[in-house]
Amino acid sequence: MYVAVKGGERAIAASHAVLAEARRGDPSVPVLGVDQIEQQLGHAVDRVMAEGALYDRTLAALAIKQAQGDLQEAAFLLRAYRTTLPRFCASLPIDTARMTIARRISATYKDLPGGQILGPTYDYTHRLLDPGLLDDAPVPPAPRAAEPADPAMPRVAALLDQEGLIRPESGDRDAEPPDLTRDPLTFPAARALRLQNLARGDEGFVLAMGYSTQRGYGGAHPFAGEVRYGTVAVEIAPEELGFAIEIGDIAVTECQMVNQFAGSRTEKPQFTRGYGLAFGHSERKAMGMALVDRALMSRELGQDVTAPAQDEEFVLSHSDNVEASGFVQHLKLPHYVDFQSELELIRRLRAEAEERVAEPNREAAE
Amino acid sequence: MSLPGYNFAYLDEQTKRMIRRALLKAVAIPGYQVPFASREMPLAYGWGTGGMQVTAAVIGPDDVLKVIDQGADDTTNAVSIRRFFALTAGVRTTERTVEATIIQTRHRIPETPLTAGQILVYQVPQPEPLRKLEPRETETRRMHALAEYGLMHVKLYEDIARHGRITLSYDYPVLVNGRHVMAPSPIPSFDNPKMHRSPALQLFGAGREKRIYAVPPYTSVESLAFEDHPFHPWKANAPCGLCGATDSYLDEVVVDDRGGRLFVCSDTDHCTTRRAAGHRGAAAGHALAGAGE
Repeated sequence: MYVAVKGGERAIAASHAVLAEARRGDPSVPVLGVDQIEQQLGHAVDRVMAEGALYDRTLAALAIKQAQGDLQEAAFLLRAYRTTLPRFCASLPIDTARMTIARRISATYKDLPGGQILGPTYDYTHRLLDPGLLDDAPVPPAPRAAEPADPAMPRVAALLDQEGLIRPESGDRDAEPPDLTRDPLTFPAARALRLQNLARGDEGFVLAMGYSTQRGYGGAHPFAGEVRYGTVAVEIAPEELGFAIEIGDIAVTECQMVNQFAGSRTEKPQFTRGYGLAFGHSERKAMGMALVDRALMSRELGQDVTAPAQDEEFVLSHSDNVEASGFVQHLKLPHYVDFQSELELIRRLRAEAEERVAEPNREAAE
Repeated sequence: MSLPGYNFAYLDEQTKRMIRRALLKAVAIPGYQVPFASREMPLAYGWGTGGMQVTAAVIGPDDVLKVIDQGADDTTNAVSIRRFFALTAGVRTTERTVEATIIQTRHRIPETPLTAGQILVYQVPQPEPLRKLEPRETETRRMHALAEYGLMHVKLYEDIARHGRITLSYDYPVLVNGRHVMAPSPIPSFDNPKMHRSPALQLFGAGREKRIYAVPPYTSVESLAFEDHPFHPWKANAPCGLCGATDSYLDEVVVDDRGGRLFVCSDTDHCTTRRAAGHRGAAAGHALAGAGE
């Protein structure tokens, strides 16, 4: 029985071996290729890249395979790898107005320059299980537009900007942005730091926080000004070159929420914005993030901070699933030293309480 | 020697330098929590990532490392962390407190008194002693800055008013160098007195919370209490069943389903050393003593 609480090297090695066996599953079933995960479980790859904060589809797919499809564990694997990488430079900001669009919709305008492009989405599907997928049925080719999408695809927020109806982005554009991975999170957090935190935050947590603002905890009145998904070029400007060069493309999802705002003591009535950006195709994450970003602006806008989603210490301290998962699960580690102290204390307190009860009874009897 | 593809002791040198800077600041201001840019480690947060980063930053090829969890060298996480450094730094490891130059610990301070030159690295889940009383970091930092510890004293007073005694039994807050209230990590309050004026350097790492703090050698560490309710550490009122020690912290082991209990030293090195010296407890020879006996 003592062996159960004292691990020992051999027990751990055996645990690793049985894990490897469980991961492989029935050996008569063909092994899953990393390329298959990358190609056919694209949303899982996207989520792991976003929460793992590393854009590499192959490594994300490998992490998913290694974690048996446990996406939080996969994100953790990616983070632990990422942290050992040297950083040799920072890219220039990506320009999502120059995105090669795969999908772009606006809920605030029926039509707008560039048009509505539905692209690949589950939004208009009926959620009926498709038995056809049990077999390897061939996929008919999708129709393609005769001409490519309009390269001029202005963002909806920019349209409102022209009319002066939306609050300009706050913050210093030229200031060196803070780096969450190189400096500890401190409060109050600047918007750039908040957005970094949310971008790598757990999708479920960010979604729930955003959802709570729609249900009255934070009083949001959001419109999905625009959601767009596609690829953008990443550029760096090496010092010795003096001009920018492209080093590759990444796929991102961007959401600009437009929020009604009646004004406060310090601000006049206007629309305000919330911003969300996620690696890959992750609309749920980007939209949740945009809602939370707006809620976290309450302090700057002179609104009362009353709801959890408006409270930056609450949101930013609990959004990271690598931290949360580790700390919750560390309760599996032995705690018998502390528990022993508590046992002694409880026994003592109970004994004293019983004495106190017994004493008045004795007095009454006398 | 070390793991191919990775730097000595896993972390890159820039990261180690950043951690060492935080450590120096921590040593200069005993008990003050220094924010540091904690890295993801290949172990989960809450499993000793802070302690591991501190150890990685201070360990050298000539160091001898001991890792304990709950006082024992053979608990799963202690084994895992010891193996991590054997693999990534190729250092010599030991289970003997007296042989170690660096001891990484979770939840205990060894019974054998530490000596000058030794470093004790604590794994810390929650570095902020005031957190349970005030959830906001902005507030607690202000309270430390102003040495405004009234909230903590009120909590201790309320314990006494309600229960007749302070109801903290582990992670019992201490006042370091007469200035900062500090969380000693979840060691039993039994261990608190060992921190006071210890000749060893005590370093504390909280990875998830991104804080480092320190108690330099020979620094005053007082457990908070009142004049009329002095600090009183607790332990089970029994001798160790295996080695008969009466002055060590004991684990309670349930040996059957009829209420049978056996008390044994939590510090396995202490117990083994005593038994090797011929000390025997009432249950000497019990299976708990391990295969060696």
